[in-house]
Amino acid sequence: MHDDNHDGHDHHDGHGGHHPEPESYPALRTRAIESLLAEKGLIASDAIDAIVEKFEQDIGPMNGAKVVARAWVDPEFKRRLLENGTEAIAEMGYWGTQGAEIIVLENTPDVHNVVVCTLCSCYPWPVLGLPPMWYKSAPYRSRVVREPRAVLKEFGTELGDDVEVRVQDSTAEVRYLVLPERPEGTERMSEQELAALVTRDAMIGVTKIQVPAQVR
Amino acid sequence: MAKDPNPEVTTMDGEAALPRSNGELVFEAPWEGRAFGIAVALNEQQVYPWRSFRDALVDHIAADDAEGRETTYYERWLASLETLLLEQGLVTEEELDARMAEYESGERDDDWVPHTR
Repeated sequence: MHDDNHDGHDHHDGHGGHHPEPESYPALRTRAIESLLAEKGLIASDAIDAIVEKFEQDIGPMNGAKVVARAWVDPEFKRRLLENGTEAIAEMGYWGTQGAEIIVLENTPDVHNVVVCTLCSCYPWPVLGLPPMWYKSAPYRSRVVREPRAVLKEFGTELGDDVEVRVQDSTAEVRYLVLPERPEGTERMSEQELAALVTRDAMIGVTKIQVPAQVR
Repeated sequence: MAKDPNPEVTTMDGEAALPRSNGELVFEAPWEGRAFGIAVALNEQQVYPWRSFRDALVDHIAADDAEGRETTYYERWLASLETLLLEQGLVTEEELDARMAEYESGERDDDWVPHTR
């Protein structure tokens, strides 16, 4: 994946001297604003590049991680979360699925949920940000349904034969968030520390949460 | 490092909600991304609280709708940014018009100005 080598500066291409067509009013106006503000020391263009990139790429699995960590430390919140994911997540200030419901699925020692969108790339983005490339790929979408254990193994997740694997297919109306198992040895960790352990992949259900080395 | 996306920005709802496609922000043209970034950068620099920007945006959306102007979301966004800048006296209309004319005529072509402050 190197076809689009963004170094953070190439957004500027196309604004240079060679315009086959005149620039639109808003494009010129934006240039004028940026130029004046930079001159006055109010903004730096590379900071703007970084902001745009950050928002484009990273609305943030962090939101989902905070939801998971809260559920791990607060049984009452966890109960509400599993009962009505959309509402419990909204309690934490994350929402905006444009009508889609979020259902939270709990992984346990006996049941492992893994999420896919077989039709396109429906994804619980208010909590997970942008879907990773592999989530949108045709092989994942078809294979995880046919041979979930093999796919999980490729993600490094080996499940015993006694564990039931449930593949959940997202739709425009229903998005799934996996509540991973809280790893052993994390009893003393704070909610904030726990949130840092939670990965995007675990909330899609292709991996488990790894126990941090320092508490092993 | 850029800061984490400000939830006040990402969770604006109703008419003010950022245009998205399956969660991803959608910019139809490069200038839209720049206008977005400038507004957020000024908020990060504490030039204004985000709610001031949001209020300006909501006002521009309502005014354009009321008057039947079929402007796009980011045209309204840009107008809101300009309103705030003028209100706070950070730029003047004359400066903006003059700088814009320089870019339009090709007299100025210092693409996007210095990269550090």
